[in-house]
Amino acid sequence: MSKPTTMLHPAVLEASHIALSYGHAGRATNVVLRDFSLQLKAGEVVAVLGPSGVGKSSLLRVLAGLQTPDNGGVRVHGESLRGPHPRVGLVFQDPCLLPWLTLEQNVGFGLDFRHQPVLDAKTRRERVRDAITEVDLQHALGHYPSELSGGMAQRVALARCLARQPEILLLDEPFSALDEITRGDMQTLLQQITARHKTAAVLVTHDIDEALVLADRIVLLGGQPGGLIGEWRIEQPHPRDAVAAELTRVRVEIVQALREARRAGSPPAELQRAVA
Amino acid sequence: MNATSIPLHRSSARIGLSLFGLFVLLVLWSLGIHVLGKSMPLAGALSPGDTFHSLYDLLARNELTRHTLTSLKRVMVSLLAALALGVPIGVAVGSSRALDSGTSGAFQFLRMISPLSWMPIAVMIFGIGDSPIYFLLTITAVWPIILNTSAGVRQLNPRWLLLARSLSATRGEILWRIVVPGILGHVLTGVRVAIGMIWILLIPCEMLGVSSGLGYFILDTRDRLAYSELMAAIVLIGALGFLLDALAQRLHRHWVPAGTD
Ligand SMILES: Nc1ncnc2c1ncn2[C@@H]1O[C@H](COP(=O)(O)OP(=O)(O)OP(=O)(O)O)[C@@H](O)[C@H]1O
Ligand SMILES: [Mg+2]
Repeated sequence: MSKPTTMLHPAVLEASHIALSYGHAGRATNVVLRDFSLQLKAGEVVAVLGPSGVGKSSLLRVLAGLQTPDNGGVRVHGESLRGPHPRVGLVFQDPCLLPWLTLEQNVGFGLDFRHQPVLDAKTRRERVRDAITEVDLQHALGHYPSELSGGMAQRVALARCLARQPEILLLDEPFSALDEITRGDMQTLLQQITARHKTAAVLVTHDIDEALVLADRIVLLGGQPGGLIGEWRIEQPHPRDAVAAELTRVRVEIVQALREARRAGSPPAELQRAVA
Repeated sequence: MNATSIPLHRSSARIGLSLFGLFVLLVLWSLGIHVLGKSMPLAGALSPGDTFHSLYDLLARNELTRHTLTSLKRVMVSLLAALALGVPIGVAVGSSRALDSGTSGAFQFLRMISPLSWMPIAVMIFGIGDSPIYFLLTITAVWPIILNTSAGVRQLNPRWLLLARSLSATRGEILWRIVVPGILGHVLTGVRVAIGMIWILLIPCEMLGVSSGLGYFILDTRDRLAYSELMAAIVLIGALGFLLDALAQRLHRHWVPAGTD
């Protein structure tokens, strides 16, 4: 609380009164979000849960500056966002690596675009190497994406983000395509990275346990159009495997809230699986 | 038999079979000359023996070098012109649905006209010399390049573009960092098809009003009644075409890592 910037803008990311809809030619517009607000403090990890189709990915695109909301706005360090911000990193569900670049080149991709901060060659090389070390892939620098497993590829995608030293990570179901063991490893990795660099993160997920393991705060989106219908603060220390039992009560509450949200809308298959 | 020896074994078997095929071709050629020789005494000059003898002589006396180089230069210049024209058109057509629908009819129509039909008009416009040849070869090569480039743009992963946008890439950066490398495989496939078509069309094109190139050399041997040299030129044309295609294939394999297409 001592830094002046923190005093002026306690939130690194602030979304206020976001409304969003998609126009359909000939049909009524599909209102996805109405009046959604979120404040993200430095280093805070917020998990966003909600039924399928409620607008979680759309929300993340708005936060990333890739989509303009109908109403409301996004501020990063108090400054209105117009387009993607250099200190905000985005990770998608699929790793989205470029097949003609090696692992190392993929991680460096985006460091030398015109609207990114200028780096000299040495810093650039260090950033890439550090990011690769962070996800523990030093042994595979020259590999092409077609030679990587799903977990490795997603680690490369994470490293590509980290190389830009983001203050805020936006993750859209980043581990949902991975098997359970790999997913657990990736969750641990993400937790360590956000803790080490004090990176704030918005993590969209379908996995309640993932949210409970990683998040400082869980927000629940629901309704039609979507809005905030529940919020939980998780204060247990990391790693949380040992304190899983303490979180059971919160888990039951979230499941109940999701059940209610689902009764209002259409039943999402993914959540049913998570609830069972 | 272990796992690594299988592909090795297969590839040597493939080379063996392909050599055997060439040998069969040689036998058929000799047989044909033998049959033809009964009614046509001159046919002996066309036999494989005489042909390879002449080919050796011509190569040893450096008489084909100038013609070969001229022909290869014409291939390269036309290919570059077709790339300079075809890639931007292909990118434009591939990225705009309206442009694609608007041009597809006209392109299919033009593509089906044998470039040789333009020959009189090309000579009328460009006169005699290299220019009409470049023109004809370029319009031959431009279609496979346009079509493959636009197909390549259409198969670009939209998520790559989203990724680039999330990094605030400019239009130029998206073009050079995503579109160009993303379509390279398709463009090189187009190049390979184009080289094949150019090479086939080059010979008749060189038979009109020029004084060098392998097509000209064929007419020249005919006028000099040097039939074994004519056959030697034919063998050389086949061999060079084969090498050009192999080279195009190599480029593709070298520049396009697996999984890009
Ligand atoms: N580009 C688009 N054009 C039109 N409608 C869209 C578009 N993207 C999303 N939608 C609609 O917006 C709504 C929310 O979609 P979104 O992908 O944000 O949901 P989500 O919560 O991420 O769902 P999921 O959990 O299945 O990923 C859906 O009804 C969807 O049909
Ligand atoms: Mg989504």
